[in-house]
Amino acid sequence: MIPALFVFCYLAIVIYIGIFAFRRKSGEHPAEDYFLANRSLGSVVFLLSLFGTNMTAFAILGSSGHAFANGIVTYGLMASSSALIVPLSLFFIGTRVWSLGKRFGFMTPVQMFRDRWECGHIGTVISVVQTALLLPYIVIGVMGGGTTLYAISGGRVPFWLGGAVVAMVVMSYVFFGGMRGTAWVNAFQTTLFLVFGMIALLVIGAGMGGFGKAMNELLASPSTASLLTREKISPLFFFSYTFIPLSSINFPHMIIFCLTAERVQHFKKTVILYPICMLAIWLPAVFLGVAANRATNVPSIQAKLEARQTLATQSAQLSPEQKNQLRTKSAGDDVLLRLLEAYAPLWLAGLLGAGIMAAVMASDSQILALSTMFTEDIFAFYEGKERFGEKAQVITGRLFVVGLTLIAYFIALKFPQPIFDLAVSYAFSGYSALMPLMIAALFWKGSTKWGALASTLWAAASVAAVAIFQSIVTAPQVIWSFGGMEALARTPGGTSVFGLLPVVPMTIISAILMIVVSLMTAKPTGATVGRYFSK
Amino acid sequence: MKRLLLIAIIAVLYVLHQDFWFWRTPIPMVFGFLPIGLSYHILYTLAVTGLMWLLVKVAWPAHLEAREDFHDTAE
Repeated sequence: MIPALFVFCYLAIVIYIGIFAFRRKSGEHPAEDYFLANRSLGSVVFLLSLFGTNMTAFAILGSSGHAFANGIVTYGLMASSSALIVPLSLFFIGTRVWSLGKRFGFMTPVQMFRDRWECGHIGTVISVVQTALLLPYIVIGVMGGGTTLYAISGGRVPFWLGGAVVAMVVMSYVFFGGMRGTAWVNAFQTTLFLVFGMIALLVIGAGMGGFGKAMNELLASPSTASLLTREKISPLFFFSYTFIPLSSINFPHMIIFCLTAERVQHFKKTVILYPICMLAIWLPAVFLGVAANRATNVPSIQAKLEARQTLATQSAQLSPEQKNQLRTKSAGDDVLLRLLEAYAPLWLAGLLGAGIMAAVMASDSQILALSTMFTEDIFAFYEGKERFGEKAQVITGRLFVVGLTLIAYFIALKFPQPIFDLAVSYAFSGYSALMPLMIAALFWKGSTKWGALASTLWAAASVAAVAIFQSIVTAPQVIWSFGGMEALARTPGGTSVFGLLPVVPMTIISAILMIVVSLMTAKPTGATVGRYFSK
Repeated sequence: MKRLLLIAIIAVLYVLHQDFWFWRTPIPMVFGFLPIGLSYHILYTLAVTGLMWLLVKVAWPAHLEAREDFHDTAE
């Protein structure tokens, strides 16, 4: 229960930060102050907060779990590819969107698209698709809060109560502090990850008798040596994963966050240090996930290893239900918590539990982003701001935060988590497929609203198609072969198209649609294009 | 010329991410505990940091801030 007390102290601190941010409100534009912290964030808060915004529960718990099952490949697959693509996106796209926001007062990407392509309702379609892709994250955040508090308190805080506490805390500091509160909390959270992640690595390593020993034991055993290579993943799959980080800058909470910097100079530290932050967070998480395979003296981890062994050796004799049960039992999303429990002193487990809770609570910026999108793209666009004023807009945004959190909480209580885990994985591909919109808006004079609409509808339809395909076709199964290759297959991990993740054809076809449809349709007026492409 | 060189460096780093040459071997174990495939990607991340530093130093879009038509958000 002591670790849970640390977590409750941490939750009290973040509420205080939110209320402190509320008292610091400033500026003549209440909406810009609430939703964008008056575009005034300094470079250190901007770096820590942007990184924290992009680090979800998956980065901490999911990456350890993935590495527990698949080995060191997790780092190259998810971390080093993001270390290249995300800062490049910030450099080329984030800075330009920031500048356009400063010039034209945009607060959401859809406002920019509407102005850039002279469209109204097409912008609404884009906003709705972005919202639909983001919603599962918020539900997952509430679920993660409930699960983590339950685990950290040793089952004393039930799931429904843990979820309610986390939802209330997030709702409170987003409600009061808006973007400023969210940014400060995220900066605080990132500092916690960075400091305590490294301490966790050292403490657990010492507890296991040194990483050299653990790694050499893994290497010596034929059943675990492959975890130190990348042979569980094909090179084509590995390549296609580099398309996933394209989604990052297209997530509304990320691109809206780019608008909060006071100066474009503030992107500099973020662009340079982002890869180092990735290394500092992901390397311990992946390394500990792999090393957990030698923690056979921890009963809960031993039970996972036994379930995995049974799946591997007796798969033919097992029913689908038994296989599902064993997969759930062998899942490693909680190995980091189990290692902490076994090897860290109570006070450190408590502090690290707070750090993990911080990752789970990354849904704050997503809730705020949806609130910003609702009030700007819908309420203000359909004349709510003109009729009721800017203060009413902010009140609407705050009420939206409350409503959305409550809905997410009740959904989290009613539906099983795997549905939303899947939905989140589709969302990455969907946002990657929206990348052509952002590139075309910023860099291609000839792009049109119809090209943007075609790309958006394709992204939405292809995400839905993959979701339906995966829910009706059982794995593993080859659906279509072409020239001796598996053109379309249902794999245990999802779907494969010519050995690639679906995100590759989804993004390429989205780009082709943007180009072809734009070439066939009328361009925006010269005056509009001139405003975007003037020197 | 400078722009082409930077694009080439970015492309080379993207290609270097696909390090199929260390795919199936964990050895040598760097420092006795880091498999070579993981060590490579740690070095790769550091190289990416170098690239970002280079981009910021020589290709920073300073013109984006030097505008007079900014929306007024002064506190």
